[in-house]
Amino acid sequence: MIGADRTAATAALNAALDARKAALEAAELNERLQSEFTDVTLPAAPNPRGSIHPITQVTKELIAIFADFGFVVAEGPEIEDDFHNFSALNIPESHPARQMHDTFYLKGNGAEPFPVLRTHTSPVQVRTMVSQKPPIRIIAPGTTYRSDSDMTHTPMFHQIEGLVIEKNIHMGHLKGLLHDALAAFFGLEKLPMRFRASFFPFTEPSAEVDIGCRRGKGELVIGEGNDWLEVAGCGMVHPNVLRNCGLDPQEWQGFAFGCGIERLAMLKYNIPDLRTMFAGDVRWAKHYGFSALDIPSLIKGVAA
Amino acid sequence: MKFPLSLLKRFLITDASLETISTTLTAIGLEVDAIEDKATQLKQFVVAEIIHAEKHPQADKLQVCKVNAAQGELQIVCGAPNARAGIKVALANIGTNIPTNGMEIKKAAVRGVESQGMLCSGAELGLSTDGAGIIELPLDAIIGDSIVDVLGLGDPVLDINVTANRGDCMGVYGIARDLAAAGLGTLKPLCVPEIKASGACPIRITIADADGCPVFVGRAITGVKNSASPEWLQRTLTAAGMRPISALVDITNYFSLAFGRPLHVYDMAKLSGNITVRNGVDGEQLLALNDKTYSLAPRDCVVADDGAALGIGGVMGGASTGVSETTTDVLLEVAVFTPERIAKTARALQIDSDARTRFERGVDVGFVEMADLRVTELIIELCGGVASERAVAGELKFKMPEIAFDANTINALGGVNVTEARQREILTALGFRDHGTHMHAPTWRHDCSQPADLAEEVLRIVGYDNIPLASLPKPATISRPAIDGKQARVSNVRRALANRGLHEAYSWGFCSANQAAAFGGQAEALHLINPISAELSVMRPNILPHLLDALKANAARGLADVALFEVGATFTDVTPTGQRSVATGVRTGLKHGTHWNSSPKADVFDVKADVLAALETAGFDANKAQISRNVPAWYHPGRSGALMLGPKTVLATFGELHPATLKSLGVDFPVLAFEIHLDALPPSKAVKRKALMTSDFQSVTRDFAFVVDGGMAASELVKAINAAEKTLLRDVSIFDVYAGKGVDAGKKSIALTVTLQADDRTLTDAEIETVAKAIIASAMKTGAVLR
Repeated sequence: MIGADRTAATAALNAALDARKAALEAAELNERLQSEFTDVTLPAAPNPRGSIHPITQVTKELIAIFADFGFVVAEGPEIEDDFHNFSALNIPESHPARQMHDTFYLKGNGAEPFPVLRTHTSPVQVRTMVSQKPPIRIIAPGTTYRSDSDMTHTPMFHQIEGLVIEKNIHMGHLKGLLHDALAAFFGLEKLPMRFRASFFPFTEPSAEVDIGCRRGKGELVIGEGNDWLEVAGCGMVHPNVLRNCGLDPQEWQGFAFGCGIERLAMLKYNIPDLRTMFAGDVRWAKHYGFSALDIPSLIKGVAA
Repeated sequence: MKFPLSLLKRFLITDASLETISTTLTAIGLEVDAIEDKATQLKQFVVAEIIHAEKHPQADKLQVCKVNAAQGELQIVCGAPNARAGIKVALANIGTNIPTNGMEIKKAAVRGVESQGMLCSGAELGLSTDGAGIIELPLDAIIGDSIVDVLGLGDPVLDINVTANRGDCMGVYGIARDLAAAGLGTLKPLCVPEIKASGACPIRITIADADGCPVFVGRAITGVKNSASPEWLQRTLTAAGMRPISALVDITNYFSLAFGRPLHVYDMAKLSGNITVRNGVDGEQLLALNDKTYSLAPRDCVVADDGAALGIGGVMGGASTGVSETTTDVLLEVAVFTPERIAKTARALQIDSDARTRFERGVDVGFVEMADLRVTELIIELCGGVASERAVAGELKFKMPEIAFDANTINALGGVNVTEARQREILTALGFRDHGTHMHAPTWRHDCSQPADLAEEVLRIVGYDNIPLASLPKPATISRPAIDGKQARVSNVRRALANRGLHEAYSWGFCSANQAAAFGGQAEALHLINPISAELSVMRPNILPHLLDALKANAARGLADVALFEVGATFTDVTPTGQRSVATGVRTGLKHGTHWNSSPKADVFDVKADVLAALETAGFDANKAQISRNVPAWYHPGRSGALMLGPKTVLATFGELHPATLKSLGVDFPVLAFEIHLDALPPSKAVKRKALMTSDFQSVTRDFAFVVDGGMAASELVKAINAAEKTLLRDVSIFDVYAGKGVDAGKKSIALTVTLQADDRTLTDAEIETVAKAIIASAMKTGAVLR
């Protein structure tokens, strides 16, 4: 055979061999893959998911909203002394306002005044004003205690407190801020609100805040209807409180407000029973809890 | 405070509707809790007469009544035992709704007999608790009239919340004054009655405790007849929730209700000698009007005669000198007691009374003389008798504060623009006396002493709803962080634990003494003086007891595979530094429920992983910590560990809980737990990252197996190997731990993979061999033998 023919014959032979080899390999692979059949309808690898409690979530939602207005988070101890929980806040020993508080007392060193479990987050106002110079914008979320226990009260609960101390701050700002913050919290453009005159020893003037709602059959719609729901107490910081904290009421004024976190959580997330919040029931946690990755942020909004 | 609308209208001339009155009260700070409006509720219930009643043919307890109603004769089946011919009854016609249960009356057959309406009981109409029989109306009631008119139910009752600062609104007159100032009508002035007094008061009054009682006015009224009070008075008191007793008692209660002015009348026949207002004496006993005996003390301001204490001033009178039907001569007391002292006494003796609530808030100190005159007038009017002149001890004039008034300041605080004239008008209507640059507070407003108080008065009457909303200016620059590093860390730990499959819980900050004892006990200082129950009587030293309770509750519902955590406070002393922030978690049952591939039980390495994940999220490098076996007593001594930073600082503990601890708390299944002491973590510093350097030269791995003592910690061996070489050794990881056949008893084999790499070259066999020898030598120093 001449060279060219031989080359061609070799190539043909190689091609035939390659083709056969590929076919055999494909058949073998096919046979292997057939044998590797897996029932993909079986459950996936377990990835147990935990949850974040609504109290944590709502607190973070409120922090996100108020941070946008330049508020920073302040904290204080749960066991307080008489000064921070009462007297600095213009609640003298004999005042009937003390009765409003249903205070828990601790034995301490056995002498009066006994340490108290803080009855509100307002002592954080005092701690802040005593330790830093205005202007001040803080929010103070935290655990509070009152000796009250029934269907709608638990002996421990959570509040979030806000304090603004600046110059030229007035009650219109307080109303504006609470409107903007609560509307954002409930994911509404406008929220019907009602401010009622009230009394707190540490604010003057004082107000209670109601938001508009509609109560239907087993449902509650916030932002419409003719009913009112109380959600906050607030007022202009009492001059006596400013003085007790070393600030001159002629120079500084401001406002404070406080809301119950459980109450806001119950309203926003349709939780009917306060006491279930503290039961650690896994079924409840799975239903009302939040994903670890669902971190409240104004980028995506905090509406439910 | 509860009062009928008619009483308000005695003092306020108004044509405002009940709804307007109610809305205004709520807006100005006198929140209306409830309105009981029987007139509207019961208008449709009418008078009818039973003309014939006979037993139901099919039912022993039922009667078939022929009833004479406005529209004609009706047949009604009735179950009440008192249904009988001749009585007038309350009829609900077809279509009427029963207020207490919302049921609509329909024409129906009751056991085969047609019934054309319903005869109502007091309970069904919310008028009484009597549900056994039907209401029997006066026989002269006119058939077809509404029972509202017959029973005099046309008077709505308001129930309002009076805040602790408003003593003046503990009387209806004060409420009327507020409403008048808010533009809802005209306040009727109180005229000063003229009393024909005869002779000096036979009883001398002395105040020995002026701190507790600055003024005491006494007056004797002799020859009275203390029978039942007139209907208008009884009706007013009943509407306000008070029980009519006798004219004299009812008059004092009326003054309390109408003017917030507590009074007292003593039966003069039961007094011995003169009256002294003095401090209580230790050990002194008093039987009070509520039939309880109290031990008095110097803190109490006591009204006494020459013999004994007669009453606790401003809180409660005594039983010994109370008036009865046979009383003929009385001593009237109109006094002022100081709020601070009342508060102390009432709290110490735990007495709640109408007098206490009023004196504690502060009564109108300018109303003493007027009250004395008006009460005397009313007593003489209702009970007859002759009044003596008044005896006065103490000072009748009280100094009220002068408050600087500046309309601009009020507008600046409120964010409003109310004219100065309007502001003055409001304050004057509330009783402030306008002195130009100052306002003189009225004698009933103990809560007003400075300009901010005037601001509240003006603003609440103008209406908070009329304050325009103003946006709070946002910061001009991008905000500073709202939370600091420590707060961010706590937040991240929560998210990390939830991400690892644990559910977040919140539980009480206190626990039982037994629970505290299981976790190291709690100092006496942290025991509550007034716990709500024994279960919640000690500040918790640990979060675990509540998490264990939650596991038990879940188990009781058949939920056996549970993982929970809580980040919260535990307490070591009463100071702020004694409060610790701890992330605590528990796991029990299967790690992730049943799965077809594998269903492992949660074990110590799961909770260890929880701890490490949390610490890593908190920005802490767990390699910096050592694992110690020195754990608290509530852990299983074999299956637990502590993560230490240095010899003393415990960052975290983890492991199986001690079976004895679980048993003492009634937990009958194994539980794994961890506690992360967030305060013990070093402050996380902002880390400036270095540029990343990577090596393109190949790494090599070598496997080793060492036989060590069964009790030796694997970390010891890893530590020794890591120490063998500083630059080339990049990683040591354990891939097997084995004990059993082929390994001597009491020993175990630990197999490890070591990774070696250089940044600038490929390692030679000789270099690798050198490192391997160093590793073996270092390991052998721990007693390990190469297998």
